[in-house]
Amino acid sequence: MHHQVHPSASASAIELHDKIKEAIVSKFPEALLRSQIDYDFPVFIIEKNKTHEVLEFLKNDAALAFSFLTTMCGIHFPENNGEEFALMYQLHNMPSNWRIRIKTFMSEKDLVMPTATDIWKAANWMEREAFDFYGFKFSGHPDLRRILNMDEMNYHPLRKEYGLEDAGRDDKQDKYFGR
Amino acid sequence: MTTTVDIKSDYKPEGLEGQGFFATSLDKVVGLARANSLWPLPFATSCCGIEFMATMASHYDLSRFGMERLSFSPRQADLLMVMGTISKKMGPILRQVYEQMAEPKWVLSMGACASSGGIFDTYSVLQGIDRIIPVDVYIPGCPPRPEQVLDGILKIQELAKSESRNRRESPEYKAMLAKYGLE
Repeated sequence: MHHQVHPSASASAIELHDKIKEAIVSKFPEALLRSQIDYDFPVFIIEKNKTHEVLEFLKNDAALAFSFLTTMCGIHFPENNGEEFALMYQLHNMPSNWRIRIKTFMSEKDLVMPTATDIWKAANWMEREAFDFYGFKFSGHPDLRRILNMDEMNYHPLRKEYGLEDAGRDDKQDKYFGR
Repeated sequence: MTTTVDIKSDYKPEGLEGQGFFATSLDKVVGLARANSLWPLPFATSCCGIEFMATMASHYDLSRFGMERLSFSPRQADLLMVMGTISKKMGPILRQVYEQMAEPKWVLSMGACASSGGIFDTYSVLQGIDRIIPVDVYIPGCPPRPEQVLDGILKIQELAKSESRNRRESPEYKAMLAKYGLE
């Protein structure tokens, strides 16, 4: 299993990366697909079906104690065949000031993911946002409704599959702009 | 050297004047009263709202136009000032505020966003409030300067002064509201 290190990565980031990698691999030998250090940030790409367990371990293990979910979000890579969608979790261990990122990739056909609300309550609204904008389904989520867009919206607007301008628009025709 | 300034009184409608009396039509008196005591409801959602605060403050001082008192209840407001980006999700709320205002009521759309969606040509932003409520005066700009806001308000006052007293009962007005699905 290789990992990439960005040239600007600091010694402490590399140290943290090696420590977390060691912890994940020894606990879940199959879960870690690859890892990298982006700038100064250790990133771990985890197998989809193992992600929930790994997150739970990172939170509950006394030595790791990533008790704070800084943010999580969806990502869409339309040209990434078979792994079009990704979820990103950014974790923080405040006492040690460790910050890491967990990513998991999945196919367009299977956007169901176990909720992380049982690990961090903060995941509730973040998962609603990922659902709203990308259409991820979080199984076990207590209240998976749209959070920012209006309830009547019938698509997931941040998917990279829509033209920049709505073709059906009638109010921004060239004639109004003297073109 | 002293200069003299010719201070003119405010707009005086046409009428019959004599020693101690002035007679004019009821429409004009009502229009005069309405125009100079508008209670605006500031519906400020973004940077235009900041520019409006400057307009309200001492330097530009909206209270010179009889608008000392902002109304934060739509039920007591005469003028709805929509200032800022209105998202599609905000649309029904804006419409409800408009519906709760009592007649006669005027709407002023301040800035590019409220008037047309502005730069936010996107899935989540209403492309102009006139898609959901009727608008009397549009102020262009991004954001408009306070002078432009004052100009827009003077235009609203002109409308209020010249409006015939039964306009709001007219079939044309009702048809206009019906176009927006309002009663």
